[in-house]
Amino acid sequence: MQEAQPVLRLQELTRVHGSGATEVHALRGIDLDVFPGELVAVMGPSGSGKSTLLTIAGGLDTPTSGRVLVEGTDIATAGRKQVAALRRRSIGYVFQDYNLIPALTAAENVALPRELDGMSARKARREAVAALEEIGLGELADRFPDEMSGGQQQRVAIARALVGDRRLVLADEPTGALDSETGESVLALLRSRCDAGAAGVLVTHEPRFAAWADRVVFLRDGSVTDTTLRSSAETLLPGGVAAK
Amino acid sequence: MSIRHGLLALLDRGPRYGYQLRTEFESRTGATWPLNVGQVYTTLARLERDGLVVPAGEDDGGHAVYAITDEGRTELREWFARPVDRTSPPRDELAIKLAMAVGSPGVDIRAVIQGQRIHTIRAMQDYTRLKAQAVETGPTTRDEVAWLLVLEQLIFSAEAEARWLDHCEARLVRLADSLNEGEDEGGGKGERSASVTSKRPARR
Repeated sequence: MQEAQPVLRLQELTRVHGSGATEVHALRGIDLDVFPGELVAVMGPSGSGKSTLLTIAGGLDTPTSGRVLVEGTDIATAGRKQVAALRRRSIGYVFQDYNLIPALTAAENVALPRELDGMSARKARREAVAALEEIGLGELADRFPDEMSGGQQQRVAIARALVGDRRLVLADEPTGALDSETGESVLALLRSRCDAGAAGVLVTHEPRFAAWADRVVFLRDGSVTDTTLRSSAETLLPGGVAAK
Repeated sequence: MSIRHGLLALLDRGPRYGYQLRTEFESRTGATWPLNVGQVYTTLARLERDGLVVPAGEDDGGHAVYAITDEGRTELREWFARPVDRTSPPRDELAIKLAMAVGSPGVDIRAVIQGQRIHTIRAMQDYTRLKAQAVETGPTTRDEVAWLLVLEQLIFSAEAEARWLDHCEARLVRLADSLNEGEDEGGGKGERSASVTSKRPARR
């Protein structure tokens, strides 16, 4: 896995808001690589820079300095059109409040980014239904968001984030509005999508959800203070289970 | 940990011998709290002394088996009905460590907290992976379900610890400011407050 190219690469990333006396260093020299198959959780107190990191990684904000490479393209220096295309084709977002379009069914929501990218409506729908079926939500395809539970909406949002060739999913507190067990099912889905080859970045303040990640990165005052690597827990287990 | 009641609960399902009790106890709890067979026999001897179990001859394999008595069943029912005592909490090394770190000269309490946080979250990552595997295979047997419950207990208590550490840190940051003011007035009694703030180097 480590030989593959990172899907997301942040290099010496800094972000300064304001200037002079009111200058705030939201990020101070962040380096982070996220490889296919990997889920990285970012934790830290509020104001530590977690959300800034995620918005910059997703091309929604630009860094003051440093590089942001998504699938090898530097979105800090790419043109607007190129960034927009990258956001459509390579990056998926999952937000706390799901952000499904209320007037569209689950399948239409999942199909939307593909249609925007020029795919025919029929083909996009077929792909969307297949994506929903793959995660066990096939029967929800024709439901509208207000006919689904929060957990179901969030799982549809994950399907949307990873439809097509997109391999990078950026999740900002995706479990924030969900009860404990539903939040867990959402994390289990995110985990399984990463196991299937996606790269995920999860911002959360909940240790129990961060614990689903392969690595947990701690931010404080805009810098990475620590990173956990998972150990080989399966060797402790009777009967051992093969890791991915 | 109540080995005593754990063994009674297993014996309530039928007579068993020592090694068998050990194996069943461990498979039920995923070997989270390993028992040695000596502990099992010591506990059985005490249960016998208290009239809660009796020797029940030998099984076909020649193992000396024990059976639960009516008194043992009563004791077991009472155990299930009685909440686990929280009024005399067991000693918690981490709580004691942080309590001692407050006001210890030269101890960076935020570093102590962060070091523990990393360790605790990493343990949670390990437990969570085990849990994901347990859920994936679909727990069906009594042992598998029981193991899942035990794993989740480990995850939830690690989570409680991580949250408590966040809380301690936030509180100490807030208190550090007011303690610093006191330090300035008192002049020279710097050590107490220096140990709870990261803004100033600890004085020696």
